[in-house]
Amino acid sequence: MSTAHLVSSLEGEDRTQPGYTGEEHHELSFIRKYVFSTDHKVIGKQFLFLSLFFLVVGGALAGMMRWQLGFPGQPMPGGGIFPDTMAPGGIILPEFYNSLVTMHGTIMVFFAIMPLLVGVFGNLLIPLQIGAPDMAFPRLNMASFWLAVPAGIVMLAGFLVEGGAAGAGWTSYAPLSTSSEWTGVYLGQQLWVASLIIMGFSSLTGAVNYITTVINMRAPGMTWFRIPLPTWSLFITAILILLAIPILTGGLIMLLFDQTIGTTFFIPAGSGEPLLWQHIFWFFGHPEVYILILPAMGIVSEVLACRARKPIFGYHAMVLAMISIAFLGWIVWGHHMFQSGMNPMLGTTFMISTVVIAVPSAIKTFNWLGTLWRGDIHFDTPMLHALSFVSMFIIGGLSGIFMASAPVDMYIHDTYFIVAHLHYVLFGGSLFGIFAGITFWFPKMFGRMMGEGLGKIHFGLTFIFYNMVFFPMHNLGVQGMMRRIYDPNEYEFLQPLQEMNTFISISVFLLVATQFLFAFNFFWSMFKGRQAPANPWNSNTLEWTVPSPPPHGNFAVMPTVYRGPYEYSSPEVEADFYPQNQPPPQADA
Amino acid sequence: MNQSATAVMDHRHPMPGMQVYNLKLGMWIFLLSEVMFFTSLIGSYIILRFAHPDHWTQPGVVLNVPLTAVNTFLLICSSVTMVKAFACIEQGDQKGLKLWLLGTIMIGATFVGIQAYEYVHLIHEGFVPNFAAYTAEGGNLYGATFYLMTGFHGAHVTIGVLCLIFVLFRAMKGAYTSESYGGVEIIGLYWHFVDLVWIILFTIVYLL
Repeated sequence: MSTAHLVSSLEGEDRTQPGYTGEEHHELSFIRKYVFSTDHKVIGKQFLFLSLFFLVVGGALAGMMRWQLGFPGQPMPGGGIFPDTMAPGGIILPEFYNSLVTMHGTIMVFFAIMPLLVGVFGNLLIPLQIGAPDMAFPRLNMASFWLAVPAGIVMLAGFLVEGGAAGAGWTSYAPLSTSSEWTGVYLGQQLWVASLIIMGFSSLTGAVNYITTVINMRAPGMTWFRIPLPTWSLFITAILILLAIPILTGGLIMLLFDQTIGTTFFIPAGSGEPLLWQHIFWFFGHPEVYILILPAMGIVSEVLACRARKPIFGYHAMVLAMISIAFLGWIVWGHHMFQSGMNPMLGTTFMISTVVIAVPSAIKTFNWLGTLWRGDIHFDTPMLHALSFVSMFIIGGLSGIFMASAPVDMYIHDTYFIVAHLHYVLFGGSLFGIFAGITFWFPKMFGRMMGEGLGKIHFGLTFIFYNMVFFPMHNLGVQGMMRRIYDPNEYEFLQPLQEMNTFISISVFLLVATQFLFAFNFFWSMFKGRQAPANPWNSNTLEWTVPSPPPHGNFAVMPTVYRGPYEYSSPEVEADFYPQNQPPPQADA
Repeated sequence: MNQSATAVMDHRHPMPGMQVYNLKLGMWIFLLSEVMFFTSLIGSYIILRFAHPDHWTQPGVVLNVPLTAVNTFLLICSSVTMVKAFACIEQGDQKGLKLWLLGTIMIGATFVGIQAYEYVHLIHEGFVPNFAAYTAEGGNLYGATFYLMTGFHGAHVTIGVLCLIFVLFRAMKGAYTSESYGGVEIIGLYWHFVDLVWIILFTIVYLL
């Protein structure tokens, strides 16, 4: 009673607090509306453009790496624009190659995939799917984006400073990362640390916002088990971010002190513990892996159910599987360190806990298949991307089991097998999930449909070239090619692999070229696409009950939710979909 | 339509039936991440100390335990004054709120001041985080973990004092009433958390 009284009485105060954007919003200037916006949909789009930009940057870095591996020691076409400290005459230097490896990994993980999944879809979907007018803290939401921008600038600034960008790998293992003695990188390594600390604050403000919003801002009737799966996955992801990022921040601060003020937390010469960095990094790093895949799983679940016109198979099991993956993700980090020196008993423990994750993952996979079984499948672009997510995730998941087994991992550790695996889950998994999400919610974001024909061509070519790039990498790894090697031809036993490397590199260039189709389709559809109706996919969830794009404040009237999100082909109604806010028939009578 | 949307739903507040208002829930969630941050620092300290016990001395040899005990007592007292400030505004006592807030700010600032004084003395004695410059008893990991943990705690206290000054500033303008005191409550939560962290840090850094 007293709490309810408090809540209602707080209204008077909170309007004066920062973040209240209630009544004055219809008179917003251009800057307030599109630049320093507090509208979750605009912030989601800002994250979309920022992270697509970084996806292009990360792809360009990968292309340069693949040029060196495919055509070692030959000048890059157009490589003359690089200064002599990077690529004299277009020939990539070993030190620059180290920077390329490091920055490709870091940018793709922290500035492309993570903001694409969490920044874009978290912002766009959470308030719309739970029936809220905006996030709980709109100003904090804005801060989240405007912290990500300087973080990105600081990260890219590494390429401009003396000594080049960070070169110790995206994992930045100490003591390699603590001193310029080994990498030849001075300021770049510190900028890398600083950038990730800033990015951590950005993720953290987002996570606090998402969790509060999902707990507190749901529309009447939106019980926990009526929340659509993308929002569930983003909620669980936000909890992982909330708890994992501060661990990394603590480690990064110690690393920065080792680099700058002469402490020796991770430097053995001063009694420090290099393994401590690995433990901190992977205690963060493994939950991070699930931060990068869970939202894609949620997106794909939504698309599969909607485009197969069937209820998702085992909704509760899907939610519980995500929760158990998130929980198990905390007790498996040692599997990244089997080769770092570990008590075999402890190694076995980590091995078992890792293999156990296959159980909830398999539950999800079989539930996706169960959703498709005898469904009325519509093969449109989002659905094709979602289907390829499921199949590629199976390959990536199965190669994960190889590495989880400590004896097998001894052989394939730090080889291209790892590169193949992580790209099968990050590109084949997360990125196909992202493509599914972008093509599915594009009408809701921009009010126009995305070109379907071009979308299908883009999907087909991407799927083919992607497999041409990453599947042979399993072979490279099993034959012993090292993960971050600059020129494999230095080793006689790797020389026969050159043809395969050249094949992979050419496939990468084709894969990159294919993405121009997506870019063209994206921008052309944004301005010239067919006008989108409110609910182009005949979907059930609340975001499709408002106009495309939704107005500021989202819902004209607070929606009431009567059922779960996946009541497709319900016998209760004529149509094959049954929106969450449509009153049941007996209510009309 | 936009206007009616705002009238129907003010996104600053939980939906009907939710018990905790947004600001308070957000602060609790934020504090969870703070727990993880200090966990990473304290966990690193535990690992480094067990790996290199020779870097540490007996308690009280290098660090000034009595002085810090007084400081700890002061910080605990500031939690009491914070509670008093909150209790006052719950009763609508504006004068009491401002008085107790001012008291909390004074004690918090004193805590930071004493910590700075302690740092200056320790650095003077060669107790520094730097590996090459360390000349005090024990080893440099002792210094490095000490400044890492107490430094980040001190930064949290400083931020807390700045936020309290902001809250006091708003209290002087009459922003809080017996029915609307969210700002006072959430800075109180933060302040008690920082206090609690210090009790743990004082125990493991100074006393063990």
